Amino acid sequence: MASAAVSHRTAEAPQTADPLVSVEGLSVDFATPRGTIHALRDISLEVPKGKVLGLVGESGCGKSTLAYSMIGLLAENARVAGGAIRMGGQDLAHLKPKAWRDLRGTRIAMIFQDPMTSLNPVTTIGKQMIDIQYREPISRSEKRARAIEFLEQVQLPDAAAKLDVYPHQLSGGMRQRVCIAMALLTRPDLLIADEPTTALDATLELQIVTLLRELQETFGCSVLFVSHHLGTVAELCDEVAVMYAGEVVERGHVREVFHAPRHPYTQALFDCDPARIRQATRQLPTIPGTLPDLRQPPAGCAFRARCSKAFGRCAAEHPPLHAAGPGQVARCHLNDPAEDVA
Amino acid sequence: MSLLEVTDLRIRYARQGRLKAALRRESHDFEAVCGVSFTLEPGQTLGLVGESGSGKSTIARTLIGLKKSSGGSIRFDGAEISQASGRDWARLRREMSMMWQDPVGSLSPRLTVKSLVTEPLRINGLPAGRTEAERLLGLVGLPAEFATRYPHQLSGGQARRVGVARALALDPKLLIADEPTAGLDMSVQGEVLNLLAEVQARSGVAIVIITHNLNLVRHVTDQMAIMYLGRFVEQGPTEQVFAHPRHPYTKALLAANPEPDPEARHERVALSGEVPSPVNRPSGCDFHPRCPWAREACAAKEPGWTEESGRGHRCLFPL
Ligand SMILES: Nc1ncnc2c1ncn2[C@@H]1O[C@H](COP(=O)(O)OP(=O)(O)OP(=O)(O)O)[C@@H](O)[C@H]1O
Ligand SMILES: Nc1ncnc2c1ncn2[C@@H]1O[C@H](COP(=O)(O)OP(=O)(O)OP(=O)(O)O)[C@@H](O)[C@H]1O
Ligand SMILES: [Mg+2]
Ligand SMILES: [Mg+2]
Repeated sequence: MASAAVSHRTAEAPQTADPLVSVEGLSVDFATPRGTIHALRDISLEVPKGKVLGLVGESGCGKSTLAYSMIGLLAENARVAGGAIRMGGQDLAHLKPKAWRDLRGTRIAMIFQDPMTSLNPVTTIGKQMIDIQYREPISRSEKRARAIEFLEQVQLPDAAAKLDVYPHQLSGGMRQRVCIAMALLTRPDLLIADEPTTALDATLELQIVTLLRELQETFGCSVLFVSHHLGTVAELCDEVAVMYAGEVVERGHVREVFHAPRHPYTQALFDCDPARIRQATRQLPTIPGTLPDLRQPPAGCAFRARCSKAFGRCAAEHPPLHAAGPGQVARCHLNDPAEDVA
Repeated sequence: MSLLEVTDLRIRYARQGRLKAALRRESHDFEAVCGVSFTLEPGQTLGLVGESGSGKSTIARTLIGLKKSSGGSIRFDGAEISQASGRDWARLRREMSMMWQDPVGSLSPRLTVKSLVTEPLRINGLPAGRTEAERLLGLVGLPAEFATRYPHQLSGGQARRVGVARALALDPKLLIADEPTAGLDMSVQGEVLNLLAEVQARSGVAIVIITHNLNLVRHVTDQMAIMYLGRFVEQGPTEQVFAHPRHPYTKALLAANPEPDPEARHERVALSGEVPSPVNRPSGCDFHPRCPWAREACAAKEPGWTEESGRGHRCLFPL
């Protein structure tokens, strides 16, 4: 199974000629009583057509905020402070609510981190799955049949009987599978999956990841896959973007980034993965320090205070995304050809 | 004496479509947990892993008294608690605490972080002011400025830390953590687990961790139990189970764990067949319809629990 997933990866640069979505210099602020949080700052990345882009990074670094801005579901206190999200001639960062209603559920669908975000607690699963197909010109019983078919695709036991239950009567993983089935029902061009497999056991996770791969190939849709599970990212994604404190700090093909990370944060994140530690230990590695205060992002490199390789330039100068290898970029001065990397 | 001693625990839920079931003379409820036994010593950690929907959270809900058991016994600190009254629970809830599976959903949206972390103290008439709030936030590595935020203004990981702070507020004897690090990045996951280990070393709290994260189980648990369709299919010292799984489901589960390496080749165990439902159990061994090693006998005979050298499994032909 793994080898099948691996063979799809091509060697071209991540800047594909014709991306499905391109995020250009996006900045998002949150207004709070204690000041403005600059949650996303100058984010640029592309979701390639028909590929899976992984998004990883520290809790609170802005992954969900980026995902929400791509589906027009930012919180009320959020404001797009700059930049654009381009998809098929439209700027998703500045779309009217009416235009969003047309896009959402047809071209863009999302699976949320917390399944209860997209499930209505007082409506049965069946009604929710039939309602979501309101655009399809088919009869109610056909919609019902399709709902069952998709529930079976995500391996929900007793699929037909599950149409009559309410979300609270399902286990955490079952709820998430219902959400995945609902997102797939609409056959989107872009599927945003915010940690869709955290609530699933390993065998199911593998099945869902394989299923996402297959569907992505069959329907040719693109997937933005947010996850903390580096093993799953390695298995599923073609490309990966690493975020830290509201910025993209590294981007590239999964293979390059996983084998030769060029940003110290990426390296530190990988070093913390318990899957890489062979000997069982109670004391797991962590990255000392905390995220910077996003109300006043530091002037230089955002990771400097926690970086073992920081030097003079890092405090003063905000690093740009330097080319760091074939199709790989990293926001670190060490990748500046002018720097002596020795 | 063990802190927790669970024997032949059974838990039932009402079925949907009761009328239909009644017409077909089927039972109107089903057994989600069917005969689970384990013990837990102070200062020890048990990992509960297994198939999604196998009954892990149901066991947790019953242990902390939110769901009645339908059979078996639960002894906590020497006393039977499966029939405990509401008044007993007021005391017991101070000694057991729970971290819930949904990080944001389990926090009341109208309360600030300060009220959330100090709520357990307040309910029990203990001081719950700013000092306590800051101490608890500090304990889980959140800056004091978070005290005025509401749950929807937190990232998933930050919400999780608030959950840890709440669970530790009363210094419990038993902590049940349902997916305590789902949604956390590797570094914060490490922090939360190190924090739990630290608290455990200091206070001797016993921990039940329910999780799908096998890497985590390998590092932080002493014992692990693997669930399938409401039963334990295997149980034993974590290291030994990882080194040599005896039950085919355990083997399939461990083999499915992906490696953080895009080049990795995997020896997967392909599971075929329908995902089973507790409403409609297969004959014989629960796992046989999906088991690559199944033989004829497996469809006919229900395997019992076999105990050997500190480990146990439920398989007629263990690996
Ligand atoms: N509505 C809001 N108001 C104020 N701050 C917010 C709001 N939503 C998110 N934030 C803050 O913005 C930052 C980014 O949050 P986001 O949820 O995008 O992180 P994330 O990368 O998805 O984290 P996780 O991995 O923990 O889910 C965090 O510091 C968070 O506290
Ligand atoms: N309130 C309820 N009413 C009826 N059935 C329920 C209820 N809660 C759970 N169930 C059923 O009981 C079984 C066990 O659910 P439980 O939530 O314990 O699973 P779990 O092992 O925690 O799964 P997950 O890993 O997905 O969280 C499932 O079949 C589920 O559908
Ligand atoms: Mg998030
Ligand atoms: Mg559960």
